[in-house]
Amino acid sequence: MPDLSLCAESDRLLFEATTSRSRRTKDTLASMWMLGALAVAVVPLTLVIGYVVLKGAQAISWSWFTEDLPAVTRRAGGGMGPAVVGTLLVTFGATVLAVPLGILGAVYLHEYGRADRLAKLVRVMADVMTGVPSIVMGLFVYTVFTLRFGLMGLGGSLALACLMLPIVIRSTEEMLRLVPDELRQASYALGGRQWRTIVTVVLPAAFGGILSGVMLAIARAAGETAPLVFTIGAARSLNLGLFDGPTTALSVQIFQNAQQPFPAAQQRGWGAALTLVALVFAFTILSRVVSARVARRHHA
Amino acid sequence: MTFDATTTPASDASAAAAVAEGPEPQLEPKVVFDVRDLNVFYGDFKAVRDVNLQVHQHEITAFIGPSGCGKSTVLRCFDRMNDLIEGARVEGQVLYHGVDLYDPRVDPVEVRKRIGMVFQKPNPFPKSIYDNIAFGPRLAGMKDDLDDRVEKALRQAALWDEVKDRLKKSAMGLSGGQQQRLCIARAIAVEPEVVLMDEPCSALDPIATARIEDLMQEIKSEYTILIVTHNMQQAARVSDRTAFFTTEVNTESDTRTGVLVEYDSTDKIFSAPSDERTENYVTGRFG
Repeated sequence: MPDLSLCAESDRLLFEATTSRSRRTKDTLASMWMLGALAVAVVPLTLVIGYVVLKGAQAISWSWFTEDLPAVTRRAGGGMGPAVVGTLLVTFGATVLAVPLGILGAVYLHEYGRADRLAKLVRVMADVMTGVPSIVMGLFVYTVFTLRFGLMGLGGSLALACLMLPIVIRSTEEMLRLVPDELRQASYALGGRQWRTIVTVVLPAAFGGILSGVMLAIARAAGETAPLVFTIGAARSLNLGLFDGPTTALSVQIFQNAQQPFPAAQQRGWGAALTLVALVFAFTILSRVVSARVARRHHA
Repeated sequence: MTFDATTTPASDASAAAAVAEGPEPQLEPKVVFDVRDLNVFYGDFKAVRDVNLQVHQHEITAFIGPSGCGKSTVLRCFDRMNDLIEGARVEGQVLYHGVDLYDPRVDPVEVRKRIGMVFQKPNPFPKSIYDNIAFGPRLAGMKDDLDDRVEKALRQAALWDEVKDRLKKSAMGLSGGQQQRLCIARAIAVEPEVVLMDEPCSALDPIATARIEDLMQEIKSEYTILIVTHNMQQAARVSDRTAFFTTEVNTESDTRTGVLVEYDSTDKIFSAPSDERTENYVTGRFG
């Protein structure tokens, strides 16, 4: 029987001999550097969230979600119900407009266009669109839509859809790129036509990634203020329609209330901020759960 | 056998041959594919030139040869999978029961519905085992008795006992060898006449390889199988006929073109090849 303790001893010596002091110092320094970078990234994030929760929590109550906005912002009271509904409706409208179009666009770019001149042009335009400031998008919709049809939720949805579209296109295209070509080949070899292959094989395989990209776009849109200021107006009471008259949104309420000198209004602004953060967070969690469930079904 | 409405029934020749042979046992099996002067190009590059061969029903035909000799390229001509490669072009004829698969009236999708293919790397869909097998039948509109069809395909592929309790589970959880048998089951679920296999065992261990080889022997009575393999022993073990391909260097353009050197019964190719290049290859002196 071999002497194991001796073996272990000699192995350890061997390892120690190759790990020089300077290497270990560098390792420690690098680890500390990374931990420091992590702290720099995490501290502001926790501060932001902590502050929003701390300041906003007092505003939240049942009536916060049920009551209309107060007529006089100076005094306490009233709720944020119309803004919560407005944010949900306007963002929903934008999602309905942008997501199907964006996914179809990405399918064209990656599955049909590939290196076509048109596909290249669309890809460049999508990249340019990603870089357009949201306020410019708002002004654009204001001039082509709001001036003609007036303030309404749909205008906000259009502006947000313009912002979401390039994000959805590019993230979906990246996800389609990750679908192995072997899967397409397998479908073609069984006599699948291209559209059938895309619908039954490619899109389901990329579902989780596409959903993540869509959620990112929704989260981005839900927090946008500038495009909404021009397009949806500032209603104080509940507006359940996207097509008739002004409405309001959480982001707009944060913007307007934070500008006020009155403590009651500022309190309302914090409350709206917390509500918006919570809303986006809930959506993100929901999408994670859905995509994890789908991934488990398909890949496990 | 027609591929679309405009193609005239063209199995007359083989049908007539079958009638002429009458009730006597067929000495020479029916010809399924008749390849005539096949040339394949990728852009300006000639990948394979002047291939002539016949593939017989209920036989296993093996394509062997060194890397880059065009054996996979030729195989992909039998179900028009080369159409999917940009710039690929085919000259000559691939007659399937007398119908030229490259006739402009032929729909490649209809061809692929009748001629199954198994790839080098197992490529199950990220779906359930059941949905993988049912994919082809659903495409072909064979909606009734889908459960029976799935079971039959899995039994033929010797996979049923291993997966019958987890048909709704993802196919990605199977081992590599199981995945490849699943791909074979998926290919035969639509009951194609021909199954093309492009190095189906190269990603598998010897035990999984042996199972696939046994499986090929078992399904041979119902299907015609073409297999591309890097493994000469495999060709010798499983196939009835073997085609040996090699590469020719074109001196002026410094490119390599694949050529069919010799095509004969497997016994003859491995014991008494008539071409020196074949002999060098099968005895291990080259490649």
